[in-house]
Amino acid sequence: MSLSLRDRILVWSLRGAALVAGAIVALIVVFLFIGSFPVMRDAGLGSFFLDEAWRPTEQLYNLTPMLWGSILVTIGAVSLATPLAVLSALFCHFYAPAALARIYRRLIELLAGIPSVVYGLWGLMVLAPMIGLISAPGTSLLAGILILSIMILPTIAMLADAAISNVPRSFMYGCAALGFSRWTTIRRIVLPTARSGLLTGVIMGTGRAIGETMAVLMVCGNAVRTPGSIFDSVRTLTANIALEMAYATDNHRASLFVSGLILTAIIFGLVMLAEVLSRGRIYG
Amino acid sequence: MAKGRWNRWRDAIVAVTTWTAAILVAVVFVWLLADIVIGGIAKLSWTFLTEAPRDAGRAGGIAPILVSTALILAVCMVASVPLSLATAILLAEFTPADGIFGRVVRRSLDVLAGVPSIVFGLFGYAFFCNTLGLGFSILSGGLTLACMVLPLLIRTTEEGMRSLSDDYRRAAAALGMTRTTTIFKVLLPAALPSLIVGLILSIGRASAETAALIFTSGYVDRMPSSLWDSGRAITVHILDLAINVPGGTENAYATALVLVMALLIINSVASWLGQRWLRRSIVR
Amino acid sequence: MDNPFIYTSSEGCYMRKALGLVSLVVAVSVGGCKGSESEQKKVVITGSSTVAPVMLEIAKRFESKNPGVRIDVQTGGSSRGIADAREGRADIGMISRSLKSTESDLKGFAVAYDGICIIVHKSNPIKTLTDEQIVKIYKGEVSNWSEVGGSDAKITVVNKAEGRSTLELFLKHFGLKNKDIKADVVIGDNEQGVKTVAGNPNSVGYVSVGTAEYDASQGVAIKPLPSRGVEASTKAVLDGRFPLRRTLHVVTKGAPQGVVKDIIDFAQSAEVHDLIQGQYFVPITP
Repeated sequence: MSLSLRDRILVWSLRGAALVAGAIVALIVVFLFIGSFPVMRDAGLGSFFLDEAWRPTEQLYNLTPMLWGSILVTIGAVSLATPLAVLSALFCHFYAPAALARIYRRLIELLAGIPSVVYGLWGLMVLAPMIGLISAPGTSLLAGILILSIMILPTIAMLADAAISNVPRSFMYGCAALGFSRWTTIRRIVLPTARSGLLTGVIMGTGRAIGETMAVLMVCGNAVRTPGSIFDSVRTLTANIALEMAYATDNHRASLFVSGLILTAIIFGLVMLAEVLSRGRIYG
Repeated sequence: MAKGRWNRWRDAIVAVTTWTAAILVAVVFVWLLADIVIGGIAKLSWTFLTEAPRDAGRAGGIAPILVSTALILAVCMVASVPLSLATAILLAEFTPADGIFGRVVRRSLDVLAGVPSIVFGLFGYAFFCNTLGLGFSILSGGLTLACMVLPLLIRTTEEGMRSLSDDYRRAAAALGMTRTTTIFKVLLPAALPSLIVGLILSIGRASAETAALIFTSGYVDRMPSSLWDSGRAITVHILDLAINVPGGTENAYATALVLVMALLIINSVASWLGQRWLRRSIVR
Repeated sequence: MDNPFIYTSSEGCYMRKALGLVSLVVAVSVGGCKGSESEQKKVVITGSSTVAPVMLEIAKRFESKNPGVRIDVQTGGSSRGIADAREGRADIGMISRSLKSTESDLKGFAVAYDGICIIVHKSNPIKTLTDEQIVKIYKGEVSNWSEVGGSDAKITVVNKAEGRSTLELFLKHFGLKNKDIKADVVIGDNEQGVKTVAGNPNSVGYVSVGTAEYDASQGVAIKPLPSRGVEASTKAVLDGRFPLRRTLHVVTKGAPQGVVKDIIDFAQSAEVHDLIQGQYFVPITP
């Protein structure tokens, strides 16, 4: 299809915008590299995984416990929040009366805007002491998972909701005409059609979970060690940056930039994984 | 017939599960909200909204902080909405789903979505404040937030446009519309519900952000006189009162309550406007 | 069923209105900016989150007495204060400790004292802990409250994050090394420590004396423990009797001049003692 002049101008300006948007992440990575360069040069990349502990003031930089912390908290939160979020979206569309669905949507939207600090405060003052009754110290992996699930639920739910509302009405009419049950309609027609949007929601939720800082910092306990149970205290890579950046100098500071770099690398890996898993199917 | 009965049973089970999940989410939300309301209502008054903070935020109100926050959000939206609309249109309308350019941009945005907020903070501090010489300012904070909400806005808009039936495009082409006209007069209005969701999520995310703002828009709690002034965002204020200022918890809750109510208003207006535009622009 | 091609002209009108609003906001802000770039002296102070709230109050009072001077106080931590002062991004840096030997290129000025005390949950029957007991608890050699005279419960050890000056002082005072400490929870700022201990009946932590004193008086469920027989209070810190004491400083690169010097003199003067006490720290001069 040939494009008119106006269209060509549009396309080129759109490309410019897309380039800017895409370049931001490159800029951030470059910046992280510059920040982490001193310690990379002095200690080498291996020390971040092989040193005996994380004691940056003594030039020991093992980040693996924090890596586990980030991964476990994120996996826990995403696997808890995703089913709840998708069910919430289905609830709005297929189960709730219209008025209730409207109120429920407003609830979820509000939930999306509550600051992480408030979630953190609530987690620290309400949730953690409750978990502490079962097993001390309360501020733990479990607390982190629960708080993060609540935080990312609205993101996944709203995107799932939007995806489901984009399923053409005619599909539903067809199902109704064929006498499909509600669940069959959902499972065979709605969810597959909305798959791309659902996946977007989960990716966005995962991104938010792994990048969340303040709430996690307040409820996870932050002790540097690989957790043995969900009641153990953990420190995530983000909390590590937030806790220590303000007071870090020289190589300690640089090693926190390495934390940021590793986080970005994990996310890069996740995105690649999603790409491989879904190649040719997401937008198919 | 046995199959029909099983179908009914299965439908009932799914319905119960969905209702349970929805009620669970609502209960957690109401619990959280009740906590904020109970903690903050006592301090909330008209003067709380119109006075400047005194005694490190323990006394007085939050007027300058509200103004700063509004300005930061305005900068964020002015910068991010056009950029993300343009990128989303390009990705959805002009790039084949499996093309190299589109894939690279899309993946780098996915990575951007996962970059931790604290890393955005460090990046904003280095790039906007120092490299671009904007200093601690509302401008730096807003632009940093714009980078942060970009992936969310782009993904939701793109999803919205992609999920539109191709009938729209074919019909527009058949009428001899240029691509530009098709996009602005047909596709964007039709994708408005997704745009609104993206906007609401972004405003929520931006106004809930803390870590990225401490390092960019700063800590100064006086009334800003321009975008080049440093201004304390509402979440930074909540964080400082919650974990730094002894005796600040009550005002932290009151401030959080103000934020939640403001979001409720913004969300309602956004969906109302969305509905109105939708009804006026296309007949569904 | 759908007819996507009927749209009214008012749609364009709305879009234009929105656009107009946006440009208005930008125009007003840019205009406002031009107006404010008058004959003002702007002083930037950055650094320790412990010092920032008190400095903010001092700055406000200074501004009200010296119209034409604008002081921007930014937080971010002691190392930020050092780095910003050193590289000229800030006129004054704030640190919640004294200058180290590696920082002799900067000049330090003491503005206030602060003490550090051990806190436990209010319901904990423990009345006092000796230095030796504290060392053992933090090293993990004592892990049950019954071993130091309390009830039979596992101790939750709350420690400060690496690099914090409170941690450095704590370690130095008790002759500990951070690698020996077996912490269950690690916290950042003082209030987070208070909230963590208040939410966990079997925990022990250490925070600023002023913070502990204020929170305990407000009914928060914590109990500050005396150190070597001296009660944990700002009064004891003021007398110099309290063993665990630190000095909060502001730093400059080279000798301060002009308005920067005026601000530092003001921050050290008796005129701001009520502000320092108002943030639960102890003024330097009696």
